[in-house]
Amino acid sequence: MEHYSMDLTLRVWRQRNCTENGRFETYQVSDISSEMSFLEMIDVLNERLLQEGKEPIAFDHDCREGICGSCSMVINGRPHGPWKGTTTCQLHMRAFKHGDAITIEPFRADAFPVIKDLMVNRSAFDRIIQAGGYVSVNTGNAVDGNAIPIEKDKADEAFAAATCIGCGACVAACKNSSAMLFVSAKVSHLSLLPQGAPEKASRVLGMVAQMDKEGFGSCTNTFACEAECPKEISVLNIARLNREYLAASLAGD
Amino acid sequence: MNWKQLFSSSVGRKLVMALTGIFLIVFLIVHCYVNANVLFSNGEENFNRAAHFMSTNLLVRITELGLFAGFLIHIVQGYLLEYHNRSRRSSKYAMTAGNLTSTWYSRSMALLGTLILLFLIVHLAHFWVPSRFGELAEVSYAGKSYHNLYGRMKDIFSQEWVVGLYVAGCFSLSWHLLHGFQSAFQTMGWNHRRYSAAIGSAGIGFSIVVPTLFALMPIFMYFGWEIDLGAVTLLF
Repeated sequence: MEHYSMDLTLRVWRQRNCTENGRFETYQVSDISSEMSFLEMIDVLNERLLQEGKEPIAFDHDCREGICGSCSMVINGRPHGPWKGTTTCQLHMRAFKHGDAITIEPFRADAFPVIKDLMVNRSAFDRIIQAGGYVSVNTGNAVDGNAIPIEKDKADEAFAAATCIGCGACVAACKNSSAMLFVSAKVSHLSLLPQGAPEKASRVLGMVAQMDKEGFGSCTNTFACEAECPKEISVLNIARLNREYLAASLAGD
Repeated sequence: MNWKQLFSSSVGRKLVMALTGIFLIVFLIVHCYVNANVLFSNGEENFNRAAHFMSTNLLVRITELGLFAGFLIHIVQGYLLEYHNRSRRSSKYAMTAGNLTSTWYSRSMALLGTLILLFLIVHLAHFWVPSRFGELAEVSYAGKSYHNLYGRMKDIFSQEWVVGLYVAGCFSLSWHLLHGFQSAFQTMGWNHRRYSAAIGSAGIGFSIVVPTLFALMPIFMYFGWEIDLGAVTLLF
């Protein structure tokens, strides 16, 4: 692919903290390489802002290799930008062309309050995990990992659900700010495996109750979450969650 | 089992929408089948007899109470959910993906539902109210007297704007079903790799066939068309 450089107009959401109102600020950046990642492009802008004695744009990032789920931002109306199955850090500037105007906003949901600029607080997801997204393990000798036979299809499906990085793009994409794709991925990943089966009912009830408490909306099945998920988690997991929730409610203790 | 927890949770509230939605889908099948009589030859007598059966049969009348409840719950719960879901994002996006990642009708179920509700009010005033509260002319077949609901349809559908309104109502219904049918299955948890394609196709088929049949009824009435089936009758 041919390398090129571009000048861009960035419209970036600036917000001092969670209590103050935010607003868009416009920045011009020039000589941006098509080989750069999107975050590197913001790094270049931040270097300049620092040299000018201005406040750099705050954004979350950690691994920069698409597995930590930190780099939350909405780029031209798309969580993690225009590429399918890609996190912001893996989005490259070749997705844009010279002269483009790019709007960059934080993930917007009341359950994800803005910390600063593009950074949002996603602790709600941690509390949902604490409400059942685990398996209880008794103390004693470590059991051989391969001691329990698991059907290959089931293992594959559990693994596909386990690829969820908890980035929150599903919430950001959903018109209801629903967290159902995230919660269903965590429920599926554990309940499909024999180790997760014993706590299946309490897990789904606990996690859904916490999800509701955190202020996420309900699922309207528009499936925008699946379309935007950087790990392409399937909405069939949501059907599984619904099934398990109903079973646990009707047949549980 | 904690019923309160089930029906107040986000999953349970959607479940109520799905269950009542599926019940209303079943009603649409029955309603469409009975009314399809008007599309065919001897439609007047066949339809009036069918309507008589539907309004006098005890089981049907009891089910009708359930139908009103189903409509009421679906409408009220739908608006409550819409209000709740809209309030989950107080700071709106400057840009959204729009139709790139979801269909407009899947995002507009409350709007489409409102259009159907408005249509429903007009529709009940046109037919259900006069048929229940005895404002209809009588006809007799084989010495027995029947409400002439067919005649009422003829009168009502002689006005262009009413025909237009009913066809528009059918479009709203079609789009509502296009999302609602498969959405109900997903919410009930009846979605699986092996069945999702079949459910999707069945949903699209249903959303096109049933509203089209309904839309054809006022059009046929307006133009005085009928399909000649000879001696074959559709029902009753």
